[in-house]
Amino acid sequence: MSEQIRVLVAKPGLDGHDRGAKVVAAVLRDRGMEVIYTGLHQTPAQIAEAALQEDVDVVGLSIHSGAHMSLFPEIQRELKERGLEDVLVVGGGIIPEEDQKELESLGFGRLFGPGSPTAEIADYIETEIAARRAGEKT
Amino acid sequence: MPVTHHDILEGFAGKERRMLSRAITLAEREAPGFPGLYDALYAQVGTAARLGVTGPPGAGKSTLLSALIREYRAQDKDVAVVAVDPTSPFTGGALLGDRVRMQEHVLDPQVFIRSMATRGALGGFARRTHEVVDLVDAFGFDRILLETVGVGQSEHDILSEADLVLVVLHPGAGDSIQALKAGLTELADLFVINKADQKGADRLETDLREMLELRFRDHGKDVPILRTVATTGEGVSELLGKIESKLAEFGAQGELTRRRQDRRQAQVRRILEQQLHNQLFGSEAQSGRIRKEQLEDTSLPPYTQATNLLKELWGAKEHSE
Ligand SMILES: Nc1nc2c(ncn2[C@@H]2O[C@H](COP(=O)(O)OP(=O)(O)OP(=O)(O)O)[C@@H](O)[C@H]2O)c(=O)[nH]1
Ligand SMILES: [Mg+2]
Repeated sequence: MSEQIRVLVAKPGLDGHDRGAKVVAAVLRDRGMEVIYTGLHQTPAQIAEAALQEDVDVVGLSIHSGAHMSLFPEIQRELKERGLEDVLVVGGGIIPEEDQKELESLGFGRLFGPGSPTAEIADYIETEIAARRAGEKT
Repeated sequence: MPVTHHDILEGFAGKERRMLSRAITLAEREAPGFPGLYDALYAQVGTAARLGVTGPPGAGKSTLLSALIREYRAQDKDVAVVAVDPTSPFTGGALLGDRVRMQEHVLDPQVFIRSMATRGALGGFARRTHEVVDLVDAFGFDRILLETVGVGQSEHDILSEADLVLVVLHPGAGDSIQALKAGLTELADLFVINKADQKGADRLETDLREMLELRFRDHGKDVPILRTVATTGEGVSELLGKIESKLAEFGAQGELTRRRQDRRQAQVRRILEQQLHNQLFGSEAQSGRIRKEQLEDTSLPPYTQATNLLKELWGAKEHSE
């Protein structure tokens, strides 16, 4: 009860709607997570700085602009600069499968294409954070 | 990599914001070693002025805070925000969305914004809020702004951490005054009618004045009413001026000291309550003193049983000393 998973949900890039991000935010909340929603048009530096102030376990990015191949590494760099390399970064949106593979190989958490069941995202975050926390304790 | 208390103490000395953030998490989780860390930082608590901001959902609290931050930053003051939203009692989850309205300040190194959910039992929440605000204070901000939605639940715990309480209302949300929980009016040091650009602001102000007149006529309490348009910044520098003059007035009257003393006493009382609870019901390893078998014994009626158990405990303690 007292160790809720904290997730920052952000929408980087310039495109204008955040329905997907809001749906995912609500699903994660209903799974018992504390979801910090930051809104539209976030730059990588803003996302990383908000992650620092909120001390989140997870950053969830919603991407529809096609700029994911540059945005993800930038966010990773900004997080690292702040000593937050341990934060799990997951993403969802319109990301072609080969890009998903490539980003996952760069150390990101899982990426979810359009139409992925939202429950799957929540399951993945739960499992991954539980494993990390167990590892931290030993 | 887990952060040690030593890292946090050094981080506070070096103004490393990540360490403030980690420390808040430890307070929120009621981590086992946290009391030691808190006491080690305690000497640094007490320099920030704390402003509590409450009001009905959607009144424009976060937008107004963002505008206030802008004004404070123009005066080169460091500002922290702690924004509290309720935890769902069914799932334990929470959606914390106040940051959305304050994003313009996120990269400002003199501004720190933290969202917090109420989590679990209310008694625990009061303790944690107090500690979180103290941590932010110890880190060294000039002003701490506490946002909480006034729906009659946990806001009292939050507002009792404030030196000055602002209640934000807006026209048009049905009858805003009716929506005001009675207790909130008593807590208000200052009313803000936000969204003064919208129809109904005059009416709201008239109603509010009438109500204040009725309530406070005999106490002589002066509760100013100001108007703002948070989205454009209109009226915000006047609001800031009023906030600062109220703080100065409270300081001169000894009211700030009195509020701080009240908070401190309430805090120690809560800590005692919790420690007593642990001493009674903690596990054997925590040397909890009431055993399961004692509770299972049904030979006496409940009140007699409880009184006897307490007598046994206190008595036993006296004799062993
Ligand atoms: N017209 C007008 N709209 C405003 C004003 N202030 C805020 N708003 C809008 O009101 C809506 C709610 O603003 P918030 O700042 O999120 O309100 P809040 O009180 O923090 O809301 P909760 O935290 O959800 O209770 C937003 O769409 C704002 O843009 C104002 O002075 N005038
Ligand atoms: Mg708000």
